[in-house]
Amino acid sequence: MTLTRTDSGGEASLAPRVRVPAIRGRTLIAASAVIAALLAAIPLAYLVVRVAEADRSAVVDAMWRPRTLELLLNTSGLVLSVSATCLVIGVATAWVLTRTDLRGRGVWLVVSTLPLAIPSYVAAFGWIATTPLRGFWGAWLVLTFCNIPLVTLPTIAALRQAHPGAEDVARTMGRGPLAAFMAATWPQIRPAAIAGTLLVALYVLSDFGAVALMRFQAFTWAIHTAYGALFDRTLAAVLSVVLALMGILLVMLERRARGARAKLGSAVQARTPAVLVRLRRRSWLAHAGLAAVASLSLGVPLAALGRFLTGRAESAFTVSAGDLAADVWNTVAFAGGGALIALALAMPIGILSARHRSRLSEATESASYLGLALPGIVVGLALVFFSLTVVPSLYQSAIILAFAYGVLFLPKAVGAVRSSIEQVEPGLEEVARTLGSSPADVWRRVTVRMAWPGIGAGVLLVALTAMKELPATLLLRPTGVDTLATSLWRYTEASAYGAAAPYAAMLIVVAAVPAILLTREATGGAHRGPQEHPGRVSP
Amino acid sequence: MLSLRSAAFAAAAAAILATPACSTPAVSPAGSPAAPSTAPASDGVFTLYAGRGEDLIAPLIADFEATTGIEVEVRYAGSTELSALLLEEGSATPADVFLSQDAGALGAVSKTGAFAPLPAGITDLVPAGFTSADGSWVGVTGRARVIVYDGDQLQADDVPESVRGLTDPQWKGRVGIAPTNASFQSFVTAMRLLEGEDATREWLEGMVANDVKIYGKNSAILDAANTGEIQLGLINHYYWYQLSNEVGIDNMRAQLSFPAAGDPGSIVNVTGAGLLAGAARDADALAFIEYLVSIDGQRYFVENTYEYPLVSGVNAPAGLPPLADLTNAKLDLGDLDSLAETTALLAEVGLL
Repeated sequence: MTLTRTDSGGEASLAPRVRVPAIRGRTLIAASAVIAALLAAIPLAYLVVRVAEADRSAVVDAMWRPRTLELLLNTSGLVLSVSATCLVIGVATAWVLTRTDLRGRGVWLVVSTLPLAIPSYVAAFGWIATTPLRGFWGAWLVLTFCNIPLVTLPTIAALRQAHPGAEDVARTMGRGPLAAFMAATWPQIRPAAIAGTLLVALYVLSDFGAVALMRFQAFTWAIHTAYGALFDRTLAAVLSVVLALMGILLVMLERRARGARAKLGSAVQARTPAVLVRLRRRSWLAHAGLAAVASLSLGVPLAALGRFLTGRAESAFTVSAGDLAADVWNTVAFAGGGALIALALAMPIGILSARHRSRLSEATESASYLGLALPGIVVGLALVFFSLTVVPSLYQSAIILAFAYGVLFLPKAVGAVRSSIEQVEPGLEEVARTLGSSPADVWRRVTVRMAWPGIGAGVLLVALTAMKELPATLLLRPTGVDTLATSLWRYTEASAYGAAAPYAAMLIVVAAVPAILLTREATGGAHRGPQEHPGRVSP
Repeated sequence: MLSLRSAAFAAAAAAILATPACSTPAVSPAGSPAAPSTAPASDGVFTLYAGRGEDLIAPLIADFEATTGIEVEVRYAGSTELSALLLEEGSATPADVFLSQDAGALGAVSKTGAFAPLPAGITDLVPAGFTSADGSWVGVTGRARVIVYDGDQLQADDVPESVRGLTDPQWKGRVGIAPTNASFQSFVTAMRLLEGEDATREWLEGMVANDVKIYGKNSAILDAANTGEIQLGLINHYYWYQLSNEVGIDNMRAQLSFPAAGDPGSIVNVTGAGLLAGAARDADALAFIEYLVSIDGQRYFVENTYEYPLVSGVNAPAGLPPLADLTNAKLDLGDLDSLAETTALLAEVGLL
């Protein structure tokens, strides 16, 4: 990509003339961001309606049950322990894969990313089928090893952008490798690593499948019990509001921990690639560590699945290739639609957040995170309520289901849009402007084009997560239509594990496609680095 | 960027505009002076919300469609999702019939007035106690509560004859229950009615003190007994038959034991169906509920899901004790609807 074709932008324009559209553009983005945030806040609005409708004393009773505190402690403990483990293992993995001379780094990158394709309920099922592990540690293990890539991938991308010179300087000043990393490199990758950890934390907060299988009584367990066993929608709504507040707290903590990205040096200056650490005889240690993580995240679930695929040939239920193919198509279509809706909602929120930081941008960004903090059944019911009230003709249509995916997994797209656009140096845009491009042209030809791979990664991540979603899909899908996840659910519900296994395997295969594309994006950053970097374009 | 976003919005807007055109309901215009006909009308299709497994009832629905020519649009989901969905949808529900795997969900929907009363010709087929007291829904099949045990580590003689025996210290950490499951809650309700609140609380506290293992559903308890993770568990009888049908009866490590007659652990729960108020005059929906309690429909359940038939003239599955033996003379199943007290008790002892 070069900036030499700016002549199509027409005659050189004077600064005062282009100022007006710039302001108008900002207003348009702010207005779009507010609309997107309002749409993302539908689940919270629904919960507020439900709680407000309920008898005051019922709400107070639901809130102050001794059980609520116990559930709060259970869920907090799980969120903190899983997030901390994912942060440490994720950053260590990213460092080994980008800053060392380890052989087979490309293969290890794919292996470290593939756990994203395994739904946490499938992984939990695999662990239950093969080990006696249950309860807190079972839930911790499954949720940790499914979610590490959410930290690894953004950290790898950040490490590739990070300026390595400072760490070299720190080493020359006599710091040890870890101390030098913490002093020079960590501040540069911290925002990416912490943002990934937030996604992990919110996922753990809202997960029901894995904690239910591991028999760990988290908040989501109590919410499902309130709906299914007590038929008490007030209790469910009160508990969900508490969960949403915990989610907002996490978002605020992340914002504080993220801080500003330390900019050491400039992207415009010529970059020296990082000098790879020579592992020499320590390389077996890195291989062993990566292999251990892979066997816990992929090995156990896939081995259990393999046993069910091959071991139950006498099963009474048969799976037809046609049904499987129809499910694959539905899964991809709904998830793809959800990813596009997430993108449409995320663009204004992410741009506002990256370029026009204000209280408004913080509010819209926080609102976008709400969906991920709530269990799928709550977001699903919120959209049942919303679509029946506002667009009854779209009720139980593919559009509402895709919209639910968009709202549920919006943070993954918002984070990608924000960080990708943040990384485009405003200086480059100014250069393009002085060369005569209109603001819209600059956005289209410089900012979006440079940020696009990162934004695309966010879209892939949304699609990937939506494919595995179950509770909201059960509520909102068109009547009579199945996805891989719902078919998998139907057969496991009937204890027909032999028949369920092909659906689980196919779901993992389909979800592996975006997962592998994500690794290409993470490493692609290097190719877009010095070679294509616009900094090399001479004025 | 802008073009992509506007394209997405345009697509959504087009869909919004296009959809009502093809889904306009075929109702007479408002203000029509003609009184609505009271005779049921048929348009050859209805929507079923099915809280039971597709593999279990899809063949039954196919039989119904072949026999009557009526098309059934089925929405499968768990009973948690479907009852929450029906309560959320209220009168706007697209559902015409709700087929549920437990009486509790039917009762919760019935309480909101969402069901239309069923004709006596349907409700009279099922004996009182196995169906709703007010005719708002009808019982379809019965499921017995049983004790499942690990056949590798225990003999049939080792299994307690009464659930009371499960609080014995020898079973510490070896028993599984599913407190969130509706069938388990019905059993606790039965115990409250038969033995009183205090005795039930004492038993539940004894189970908690005995380190009882908590599962989310019956099938998970069966799986756990089948792998030796637990030695005893409280489930419904037919889960065992379904699993043995899937893996072969010789491969079953878990075995069943029926508690002694009169024990609260031996009660029978029912599955049932209700007609949604909006479908009160839908002949197709009504025909389906009639089919469920017909000889053909009842026989299907006996032969394929191993549940107890509730209509006279159809025999129970071979190998099961007769339903009459499990019916407790001291217990009116119609009284099992005091769910709120049961869940309060379960919450009190820390099981919910």
